[in-house]
Amino acid sequence: MTIVDPVLTLEDVRFRWPGRASFGLSVPGFRVEQGESVLLLGESGSGKSTLLSLICGIVTADGGRITVGGTDLSALRAGARDRFRAERIGVIFQQFNLLPYASVSDNILLPLQFAPERRSRAAAGEVATLCSALGLPDGIAGTSAGRLSVGQQQRVAVARALIGQPSLIVADEPTSALDAATQTTFLGLLFDRIAAAGSSLLMVSHDERLGARFDRVVHLSNIARTERMAA
Amino acid sequence: MILRLALGSLLARALTVSMTILAIALSVALFLGVENVRVGARASFADTISGTDLIVGARSGSVQLLLYSVFRIGNATNNVTWESYQDIAARPEVDWIVPISLGDSHRQFRVMGTTQAFFDHYKYRGGRSLAIEEGQGLDDLYDAVIGAEVAAALDYEVGDPIVVSHGLASFTDHDDQPFRVAGIVARTGTPVDRTVIVSLEAIEAIHVDWQSGAQIPGQTTPVERIRQMDLTPTAVTAALVGVDSRLQIFGLQRAINTYPEEPLLAILPGVALQELWQIVGVAETALVGVSAMVVVTALLGMMAMIFSSLNERRREMAIWRAMGARPATILGLLLLEATLMAAIGAILGLALLYAGLLVAQPLVDSAFGLWLPIDAPSLRELTVLAGVIAVAAVASLLPALRAYRLSLADGMMVRI
Repeated sequence: MTIVDPVLTLEDVRFRWPGRASFGLSVPGFRVEQGESVLLLGESGSGKSTLLSLICGIVTADGGRITVGGTDLSALRAGARDRFRAERIGVIFQQFNLLPYASVSDNILLPLQFAPERRSRAAAGEVATLCSALGLPDGIAGTSAGRLSVGQQQRVAVARALIGQPSLIVADEPTSALDAATQTTFLGLLFDRIAAAGSSLLMVSHDERLGARFDRVVHLSNIARTERMAA
Repeated sequence: MILRLALGSLLARALTVSMTILAIALSVALFLGVENVRVGARASFADTISGTDLIVGARSGSVQLLLYSVFRIGNATNNVTWESYQDIAARPEVDWIVPISLGDSHRQFRVMGTTQAFFDHYKYRGGRSLAIEEGQGLDDLYDAVIGAEVAAALDYEVGDPIVVSHGLASFTDHDDQPFRVAGIVARTGTPVDRTVIVSLEAIEAIHVDWQSGAQIPGQTTPVERIRQMDLTPTAVTAALVGVDSRLQIFGLQRAINTYPEEPLLAILPGVALQELWQIVGVAETALVGVSAMVVVTALLGMMAMIFSSLNERRREMAIWRAMGARPATILGLLLLEATLMAAIGAILGLALLYAGLLVAQPLVDSAFGLWLPIDAPSLRELTVLAGVIAVAAVASLLPALRAYRLSLADGMMVRI
């Protein structure tokens, strides 16, 4: 049996936002295996988004090590980190995921602009395939994203995260803007597509009810310590 | 695709963006318009007189003499006596001399007494001569030749009667001696278009019963008698002089300026024009300065607009970042936006300028005798447009750098 690198590891990661009344976060150790789906539970303000920013390499840790697919993010320079993110990680926000003025297909293709390798992996017609697999109506690709319902927008966001099959999908409360029924359908589609692509999923949420579908549920308070410094 | 997205982003904010573009367009049109009028005015003035070596009048200022003798602006302070005129005409250096007698008017147009020599020697726009478009030149004592603008404004045709008024803007008409339109001069784009030309003798004739600028009460000399009188003038207002050799210009000028019998002034039209530009130059510079400030204001407005849009677009920036865009891409995006707005504004401004010129050209021509040429944009104008776009790009660096810093600091945390 070959040993596969974990998709994501964090070791002794420390980070503090710049500024006076700043928020700090430290993670002694955390990992996500290849193909694994992990739900990270935490109240709002518990540092979920900070952690995601660190994992995506949008901000850099003050100390420790973060690797994605075996690559140490801190070893990369800022520009290379941005490119690395575009190549390897698909991101889904909680809402307002899309550029409202751009068409659905432009929104889905946007990350490929910054990721030549992922662009070459993306098959021709993948936009249409993803759209129909996610249950979006035919011919939606040319519609501007601002005209879609919230549920449709979130599915387009999933298509955007999945195009070119990045190894890790990071989702920040993608279901919080959806009603219960839509949530279930949405998660079903999301898991189907991620399984089809063979990607790993790291989702943060405050909603414990979502846990049943995931391989593993982790409470943020168990893996991370947060500190707030008063001014 | 990034260009398309930038355009899409602008279109999504169509109202504020179009207001900004409109402000830039109007300011650019104003700036180019001022430039056009300035250049047009200069060219128009410079084209008014050519081929005349000296202008002679009573001693006053050179600009004043130039203005009243050639441009019919302002008035002479004094006349040149006929004897002095004859003395100058008899000098060996003088090739030709054209007397000009001003002071009367017809409606809003000035009447100028002169001789056939005016038609022979007056040149404009690099040596063109006056052409009689309809009718003929001065023949009879009571013939008048009118400029194209006079004919157009008053709807005169050859053969129409015309009554000269005494002085400028007066209610006293020389209605006892009506003139007849003998000819119409083809349009020149000079003050000649707005002048009624009669013979020097005719000016004398209509003032037979006048003394010291007032009509002698009860005295009306019949036209038949006037025709038999000696109508040699006693004075003229000014004279245009051509010399045999250009080398003699300064000698003749000095001779006239030191003429012992009467204080006279001889000027070189080109030099006097230069003096005029020096006076007008200050106002010109101020005008150009003000319109440049308007352009700056429009660009500042654009900068403020981009600044104020940044907050509501932080989410958008976060999406770009999460998709792998570098902060430099965000900066470039905002720069591209500003450059696009400025470029559209500049092109629209140019279009506005041409539209304005098309509308204003005949109006300005008839009101001020200023012919604004409609040409392809000059290198100077293109430089101005390129400058506006460049300045816009530089100005947008400030909000763009702020967006750059915001996108670094925000990470994916924007919660709006």
